Amino acid sequence: MAVEAARVPAAAQDENNIIVIRDLWYSRGPNRIFQGLDIDIPRGKVTAIMGPSGTGKTTLLRLMTGQELPDRGSILFDGEEVTKMSRRAMYDMRRRVGMLFQNGALLTDLNVYENVAFPLREHTKLPERLIRHIVLTKLHAVGLRGTWHMMPSELSGGMARRVALARAIVMDPEVIYYDEPFVGLDPISMGVVVRLIRRMNDALGLTSVVVTHDVEEVSSIADRTYLLSEGKVVASGTPEDLQSNCSAVVMQFMNGMADGPVPFHYPAPDYGEQLLARDKD
Amino acid sequence: MQRLLLDIGYTIRGFLETFGSSQLFLVRIILDLPYALKRPSLIVKQVYNAGVQSLVIIMLSGLFVGMVLALQGYNTLTRFGAADTLGVVAALALVRELGPVVTALLFAGRAGTALTSEIGLMRATDQLTAMEMMAVDPIKRVVVPRFLGGVIAMPLLALIFSAMGIFGAWLEGVIFLKIDEGAFWTQMQAQVDLQEDVMSGIIKSFFFGVAASLLAVFEGYNSVPTAEGVGRATTRAVVLTSLSVLILNFMLTAWLMGEA
Repeated sequence: MAVEAARVPAAAQDENNIIVIRDLWYSRGPNRIFQGLDIDIPRGKVTAIMGPSGTGKTTLLRLMTGQELPDRGSILFDGEEVTKMSRRAMYDMRRRVGMLFQNGALLTDLNVYENVAFPLREHTKLPERLIRHIVLTKLHAVGLRGTWHMMPSELSGGMARRVALARAIVMDPEVIYYDEPFVGLDPISMGVVVRLIRRMNDALGLTSVVVTHDVEEVSSIADRTYLLSEGKVVASGTPEDLQSNCSAVVMQFMNGMADGPVPFHYPAPDYGEQLLARDKD
Repeated sequence: MQRLLLDIGYTIRGFLETFGSSQLFLVRIILDLPYALKRPSLIVKQVYNAGVQSLVIIMLSGLFVGMVLALQGYNTLTRFGAADTLGVVAALALVRELGPVVTALLFAGRAGTALTSEIGLMRATDQLTAMEMMAVDPIKRVVVPRFLGGVIAMPLLALIFSAMGIFGAWLEGVIFLKIDEGAFWTQMQAQVDLQEDVMSGIIKSFFFGVAASLLAVFEGYNSVPTAEGVGRATTRAVVLTSLSVLILNFMLTAWLMGEA
């Protein structure tokens, strides 16, 4: 489907926002994932994008990074339209961002040191001594300098994610995207990752976009939060604003209630009828 | 009947789609060759993975194929009083046909499956997406060096297979069956032509290397990113490579012999 960029109001191009999304529509097959999404990512802040599973949070990251194209709408990255970028422009934009994948996505044939050095080797001609200095500095920042010689298969899930974080910041990006950074971590690792996101953001002057459904963890570090449901932003503001929001959807999500506007049951035919109709299947 | 025809139609369409996509993939690989050639260390590593790691299976297979060839050849040739030509028969069969073809089939099973599953797993575990996000083209960085590694390794493996086969034939014919060693080697030297026989085998194995490596990386790169998807892609790569090698072998033999 052709991409139609929506007209972006002047206010949206505010220099304080590094990413501006306007009227974003996206479908996958018959399913409408986004229906007119509007989001602003402020520069230098930690922005959390939350929502129940299946609301398209990861898809939104893929759209923001140009891995997929929307049906319609506009995604501006520092004033440049992501949906209309050439491959070269896209790669230029990606050199300015880092991404932490849910599983770390470390290259399994390289050790920790080489994984972190990978973007430097691909994009720069720095001498080995400087590469070594940068890699060890970044590994030290995530507390894993001692693992430089280990292979990804020797790391725990939390360690792999921290190494991936070191790799994501090795090129000193302006923006870093976190895709479900807290999934599957033990409380200690989770605490470490939560603190690292905030500390990295402030120390390196980054902009962080955290996609997650972990309310408690992200509320402690986010400056701004968006809550998505049924393809739209249903609430936004500081984590405190969301906690005090009286909307049924927001209350269900923030308090982890099993049933509510987001139903417990996936749409299905009548229970009794389906049980009795087993012979027909 | 109608369903059978439909199934055949879908199968043919699927085959043609795969063939077309793989050719477009080959064009992309060729366009990206200059990038890989600037980084020979990546290619050397893949030649090691595809070639050196396959040496044991290639050498052992070559040895036993040569020994069986000598045994069968000896039994047939002695009926015509031509047992002394055993060396020629074995060498020609190995360098022209068995070397390239059996090596390609073994390559598909050993190195081809490793390539497909490695790239498929990289896809399934987001490693290729991570490269894209680091502004690194996975075709240039992952696919092209592996493709080139296979293309370079295949003729070398085929030559080693043939050499081991000839050694096997010598072992069986000269040492065990006691045919004349001088006749074995001199007839082979006189009858096997470097240009016509050995080169035709090398040319064949180069084309088989292109086909086997292309199908392995293509299936891996386009696999469904699940455990089942990678398994299916690996199976498809072996089946398609085996069929392609056998069909290509007929076409290349006809072309190299100058007959249709």
